[in-house]
Amino acid sequence: METLSALLTFWREQAGKLGEQTLQHIGLTAVSLLLAVLLGVPVGLWLSRRPRWAPAVLGLAGVLQTVPSIALLGFLIPLLGIGPKPAIFALFLYSLLPIIRNTLAGIQGVAPAVVEAARGLGLTDGQVLHRVELPLALPVLMAGIRTATVINVGVATLAAYVAAGGLGEFIFGGIALNNPAMILAGALPAAGLALLFDAALGAVQRLSARRLGRVGVGLLVALPLLGALYLLPRASGKLLAGFSPEFVGRADGLPSLTKTYGLTRLPSVVLAPALVYEAARNANVDVIDGYSTDGRIRAYNLRVLRDDRHVFPPYYAVPVVRPALLREHPELASVLALLDGQISDSVMTNLNYRADYLHQSPQAIAEGFLRRRGLWRAPRPAGTSAPVVRLGSKIFAEQYILAEMYAALIRGNTMLAVQTKTGLGGTTICFEALRDGAIDMYPEYTGTGLLVLLQPTPAVVDSLGGRPDAVLHYVRREFRRRYRLEWLAPLGFNNTYALLMRQRQAQQLGIESVSDLGKYLRD
Amino acid sequence: MPTNQPPVVRVSRLSKHFGAHAVVQDVSFELAAGETLVLLGPSGCGKTTLLKMLNRLIEPDAGTVEINGQDVLAQRPELLRRGIGYVIQQVGLLPHYTVAENIAVVPRLLGHAPAAIADRTAALLTRLHLPPARFAGQLPHQLSGGQQQRVGLARALAADPPIVLLDEPFGALDPLTRASIRREFRELEELRSKTMVLVTHDVTEAFELADRILLLDAGRMQQLGTPRELLFRPANDFVRRFFAAERLALQLRTLTLEDVFGETPRWNTAGANCRTPDNFNTQTTVNEALEALTSTDTAPSALPFTVAELMAAFGQALQREEDAWKR
Repeated sequence: METLSALLTFWREQAGKLGEQTLQHIGLTAVSLLLAVLLGVPVGLWLSRRPRWAPAVLGLAGVLQTVPSIALLGFLIPLLGIGPKPAIFALFLYSLLPIIRNTLAGIQGVAPAVVEAARGLGLTDGQVLHRVELPLALPVLMAGIRTATVINVGVATLAAYVAAGGLGEFIFGGIALNNPAMILAGALPAAGLALLFDAALGAVQRLSARRLGRVGVGLLVALPLLGALYLLPRASGKLLAGFSPEFVGRADGLPSLTKTYGLTRLPSVVLAPALVYEAARNANVDVIDGYSTDGRIRAYNLRVLRDDRHVFPPYYAVPVVRPALLREHPELASVLALLDGQISDSVMTNLNYRADYLHQSPQAIAEGFLRRRGLWRAPRPAGTSAPVVRLGSKIFAEQYILAEMYAALIRGNTMLAVQTKTGLGGTTICFEALRDGAIDMYPEYTGTGLLVLLQPTPAVVDSLGGRPDAVLHYVRREFRRRYRLEWLAPLGFNNTYALLMRQRQAQQLGIESVSDLGKYLRD
Repeated sequence: MPTNQPPVVRVSRLSKHFGAHAVVQDVSFELAAGETLVLLGPSGCGKTTLLKMLNRLIEPDAGTVEINGQDVLAQRPELLRRGIGYVIQQVGLLPHYTVAENIAVVPRLLGHAPAAIADRTAALLTRLHLPPARFAGQLPHQLSGGQQQRVGLARALAADPPIVLLDEPFGALDPLTRASIRREFRELEELRSKTMVLVTHDVTEAFELADRILLLDAGRMQQLGTPRELLFRPANDFVRRFFAAERLALQLRTLTLEDVFGETPRWNTAGANCRTPDNFNTQTTVNEALEALTSTDTAPSALPFTVAELMAAFGQALQREEDAWKR
């Protein structure tokens, strides 16, 4: 019931967007279907004349059909970039099999005697095709188009992953935010469209052969018109933004950014988180959301726009430990403190770049960093009975690198043994492991500690005002009180949300901060 | 056989192979205007292939087909076919066309005036006992098999082609329907003047409809001649064996009262109290006479001869044919 009212509220608030996405969805389906009919029907006809080729062609189309849709989009992005092209092409490929197969089956289903009689009466090959074979194959052919349409309406939701719009934008935003109402807001209209098209084409299919011919021609005319829906002018501006679904949906993401900086004239598309950087690099979009220490910032030569009004909460990395560890091994305190304030945003970006793009091992990256800072000590031989420090990390490169740094420092500066338990999945798994004593420490981010683990009331969050010191102070106090866990000193970098632009474009436009961006868009 | 006119169909040395398999080998025949030729033979003997080479549904490997003195290969196949009626066993009515539209296919292709087409369609349907008011607007699947075949025949005749090709036209019908349609077919005024080539494997049908029969086996001509020639003057063992099973029935159907009783039949000179059934004449077959004699509604005393007399004369006639052949 709650979800239902949330859904209705969502639809009311986002009515404009819902309409736009629905039209885009229909447009995508229609354009790809039109292309598939234009290619698939002639191919099917050709195969009916050369049945020897049918297994090969149908096999190929069948293989295309079995490629998971996400993977197919992934293959197409390097070739076609992001935007409508890969989406339409993928949908087109999915429609081919049912259309080719049903065209062929339809023609082959025409009684040979009817064709022979028609030829015997003196119809030319073209007349046999147009007056006899096609009209008689049309019901089966239409069934193929119907299948393809229903498949397409479903698969077209994935278009949202490649910035091609459609109802998938709500669905993926909802998934990213774990917001059922938002998922339904996109999923219900998509399912409705599928049912609607299925019923409409089903009704067409049941028409008599002679009327079906006329309706078929009508459909062929209607498809480009429906496809043109996709081309309806969308909001346009000086710059185009590409955002991940989660960023668009969450309160401390785009909504607060728009409010604070007045980024009202920034039209945006939604696409898969994994693709936003690619999209910026290839200039499909100009502004993206990202994480301020991502290795791709360096790899793709992007600029982080300064969040000069502190909209994004601070996500400073801080080691969180069990106090017992420091009590039992007091020598660790100074060793762990060696990294305090040592790693700036750009340094961390660099280290991530080595991991993600140069594919160096986290261990090698950690060692290289420590050597450059003069912190490297060869590991001391730890006895078999030496106490073990268990280090945890979440499942991404930055955390692996930090864990390896601490491991190297402990091995080089103490007699303790180290066990790294990397890849503990997400935040809650690491946190629970620390509380249970399965690990002794892991690097956490202040913003995550605040919003994900402590989850204070909005009033508390507002009172902290996004000030890094205040947030750290709050999480440290609350962790001590509630969980008896200790936040040490920050490492220096802030891995928070960030708006990114291509370095060169940002330079040309003189945009350094988000305020600059807002000013540029308003001028 | 009128010989002063050039043949309507002239086939010379026609051959066709499908792969290594020779389907038709070195077949030649000529057909005069108005003549009905039946292509007869066992299944797979090449008779359908031979028929389809006449309207170029199959192209020959060697040999020529001339229609009205013109090589068919010199004409566009569709134009050639529009001038030749074509009827097949499975009928092949266009299922999405009404009866009237099916019949109108060829006249429309030929650009005939719609009014003329409508008149012609109605006339043909009427003649084939399919009242246009009821049948013209129906779709093929609403018709019985016999009705469909009649429509198929009407379709072939719609543009009044001088030549009609028929591929087992009655083959798909049950025996009763087949007999009645065959009778209609024979009595159809429309067909009297046509030059027809008809394929069948049914010997009785061949004898009933043919002016001449071309008997084929394994793609080769075994004999070309009138039914009587094939029956009483078989060219080889194959021909003889082919008719062996139905020999007596065929003889009864082939020999006429003139054959058994001579030029001045005995019943003509019989007593004045002896009435001749109206339908008896010199061309009445022995079979027909027998049917009349044995039917219960004819008084025996009213007939010019008895069954015994007829059969005796029939036996003598057979003996005469046999002797003539041996000599």
